[in-house]
Amino acid sequence: MPKDDVLCGEFFMNGDTACAEGAISAGCRFFAGYPITPATEVAERMSERLPQIGGVFIQMEDEIASMNAVLGASWAGVKAMTATSGPGFSLMMENIGLGVMLETPCVVANVQRAGPSTGLPTLVAQGDMMQARWGSHGHYEIIALVPDSPQEMFDLTVLAFNLSEQYRVPVLLMADEAVGHMSEKVVIPQINSKELVNRPRPKVAPEKYLPYDSRKGLVPPMAVAGEGYRFHVTGLTHDDRGYPVMTAEAQDKLIRRLVDKIRLNIKDITKYEEVKIDDAEVVVVSYGISARIARYAVQKAREEGIKAGLLRLITVWPFADDRIRKLASAVKAFLVPEINYGQMVREVERCVAGKAKVRLISHMGGGVHLPETILEAIREEAR
Amino acid sequence: MTKMLTVDTNPIDCYLRVDRIPHIWCAACGIGPATGCFVRAIDRAGLNPDKVSVVSGIGCSGRVAGYIKLDSFHTTHGRALPFATGLKLANPELTVAVFSGDGDIAAIGGNHLIHSARRNIDMTVICINNFNYGMTGGQMGPTTPLDARSTTSPYGNYEYPFNLPYLVAASGATYVARWTVLHLRELERSIAEALTKPGFSFIEVLSPCPTVYGRLNKLPRGLDEMHSYQERSIIRDGADPRDVELSQSGPIVVGKFVDIERPTLWDCYQQILDRASKPKKR
Repeated sequence: MPKDDVLCGEFFMNGDTACAEGAISAGCRFFAGYPITPATEVAERMSERLPQIGGVFIQMEDEIASMNAVLGASWAGVKAMTATSGPGFSLMMENIGLGVMLETPCVVANVQRAGPSTGLPTLVAQGDMMQARWGSHGHYEIIALVPDSPQEMFDLTVLAFNLSEQYRVPVLLMADEAVGHMSEKVVIPQINSKELVNRPRPKVAPEKYLPYDSRKGLVPPMAVAGEGYRFHVTGLTHDDRGYPVMTAEAQDKLIRRLVDKIRLNIKDITKYEEVKIDDAEVVVVSYGISARIARYAVQKAREEGIKAGLLRLITVWPFADDRIRKLASAVKAFLVPEINYGQMVREVERCVAGKAKVRLISHMGGGVHLPETILEAIREEAR
Repeated sequence: MTKMLTVDTNPIDCYLRVDRIPHIWCAACGIGPATGCFVRAIDRAGLNPDKVSVVSGIGCSGRVAGYIKLDSFHTTHGRALPFATGLKLANPELTVAVFSGDGDIAAIGGNHLIHSARRNIDMTVICINNFNYGMTGGQMGPTTPLDARSTTSPYGNYEYPFNLPYLVAASGATYVARWTVLHLRELERSIAEALTKPGFSFIEVLSPCPTVYGRLNKLPRGLDEMHSYQERSIIRDGADPRDVELSQSGPIVVGKFVDIERPTLWDCYQQILDRASKPKKR
C-alpha cells in the first residue's frame, strides 16, 4: 500500500471519521453504504478519501444492497465495509448471515441510535447488542467490537478488518452515537503491512481447490473471482466443494465448523480492559460510551475508599465468559450500566451463575448515565 | 442391429459442473436450454472463462450458478444484482452475469434492478420469466399475466404485470432483448452480444413451467407452452419496449429492443478518480 494513502499524524476528528481512516489504514478499498444518522459521516469521509487512493465508494439504493455489494467486493479480493445505524442494521441482517455462510471477510459498523424503529435518530443508545449477536436467522457465531472513543473507532476498525480476514467472518463494529459524533485527539500511526492480516489463500492448483476445505484448519483458504479457481459458493448448506447438500449430516458438519472457528479461538479474539480489578469487591462491567462514565464513577469510588473496579468489554461477541466466571467467586457484586433495558447484563448473569449479585443500571437511550447514578450504585453494593 | 452411440463429453461440458448433473429442474422446464445458450454464448463471445463470474439469487433459475463451472455465487433472494455490483466494481476486469428468475429480479429484487439499470453498470442480466414462483409451488408474481391462475391467485390474477423490457429500458439499460426458449439460436447470439457490450444488458427469456404454471393455466404438457410460443411469437427487432406488453393469450413480441451507447458506471467513476486529488497534508 502506498504510504501516502494513509493520513498519519495527530488529528482532532470525530469517531465516524476515525472509523473511515481506520478502514483505509487497514487496507479497505471498497465502501458501499446508504445515508443514515448517526453513521453518515463514515460514508461521507469514504466518498472523499477512497477516490483519492484508487478505491471504490458507492452509495447503494438501500442497506440491503450495501451489504451485498460489500460481500461481492470481498469475493473480488478487496477489503470492504459498510456503516449504518439501527434501521439499516436491521435491513442488513439477512445478508450478514450470507456473509457468515459464505465465510466472507468484511466489516459492518453500526453507530447505534435509540430504537426500536426510527426511535431517536440523532441520539445515543446501545440497544442493538443482542441483535449483533443473534440478528440473522439460524445458529452462527459472530465477532463484535465496541469502541469507547474516536481513537478506538480507528484502532478497532483496523482490528475488525484483521479479525474478519483471519477468521473469514463479518466483524461488527458496535459503536454508538456519542462515540461516533464525539471529536477527540486521534493518533493515526504508520501501520506496518506486517500488522495487517490477509485472508488465507489457496496454495493448490485450481482443479484440486475446495472452497471449504477444512482439513488443515477451521478457516479454509479463500480463492477470489477471476483467478481461475472456478469455484462455487452458496448460501445453502454445503460441503467442502461448496456444493449444496441437503442433509442433517452436512448441516451438522458445517455449523459446527462455522461456530467452532470462532468459539475455539475466544482467547485470541476476546479483548477487554481491566481497571483496578485485582482487589475489587464491586465490578462495573461496561462498554462503549457507558464505560467512560463508569470509569469516572469507579475512580470516584476509589477516592472514597471503596474497592471498585471496571471491566471494560472491547470484544462483546464472543463474550468474555471465562473472565467473568473467574471474577464471580471473588466479587460481591457486578454492576452493568448500559443504554438499553438489559442486554449484556444477561451474559454477565449467565457467567456469574448466582455466585454474586448482578445489577443492571439501565438507561433507555437518548442520553447517557450520570456518573452519580453509577457511583451511588457502587456505594450501595459496597455497603 | 442398432448400436448404442456413446458420447463421453459435450463441447460445453467444460463450462458445466457435470458432477452435479442431473440437475433439479423439472422435465420440459426452460431453464436448462437457457443455461445451455448462456455457456455457448460465453464460448461464442470468445471470453476467457476464468474471468467470467455468474451470480444468482434464489429460486429455480437461481440454481443456474450452481451448475456453471465458472466462479459462481448463489446469493440471497433478490440480491444477486447488488452482490454482482460489488464484484464488478471491485474487479472491473471481470465479466459479470446475473442469471435469475422473474420473481427474484422483478419482485423482491425490483429495486436493485431499476437502480442497476440507472447506473448502467457493465453487467449482463438473464432473467428467466416463467410467470410464477416455481420453486415454492407456483404462486403469482409481478410477471403473472392478468387473469392467470396460480396457487395464490386461484380465481385469477387481479394485478397488472410488469412489462420488464419497458421497465429496464426506462430505467437506463443500454441493451434490452426478449426471447423465448423456442428461440435458442437467437437467444445464444443475443447473450453473446450482451456479454461483450459495455453497460447494463437485460435479456428476458420466456420459459415454460409445465409442472406448476402450465398445469394451472391449460398448458399441462411440456410442449403446450412451446407450441403457444410458436404460435404467438413475433420477432420485431427495434420494437418500442412500451409496445411489448405480455398477456395470457396475446402476441409475444420478441427481439432486440434496445441497443444504445451510454457511458458505463465505471467510465463515469474514472472521471471521478481523475478529479479526486491526492490527500492534502493537514
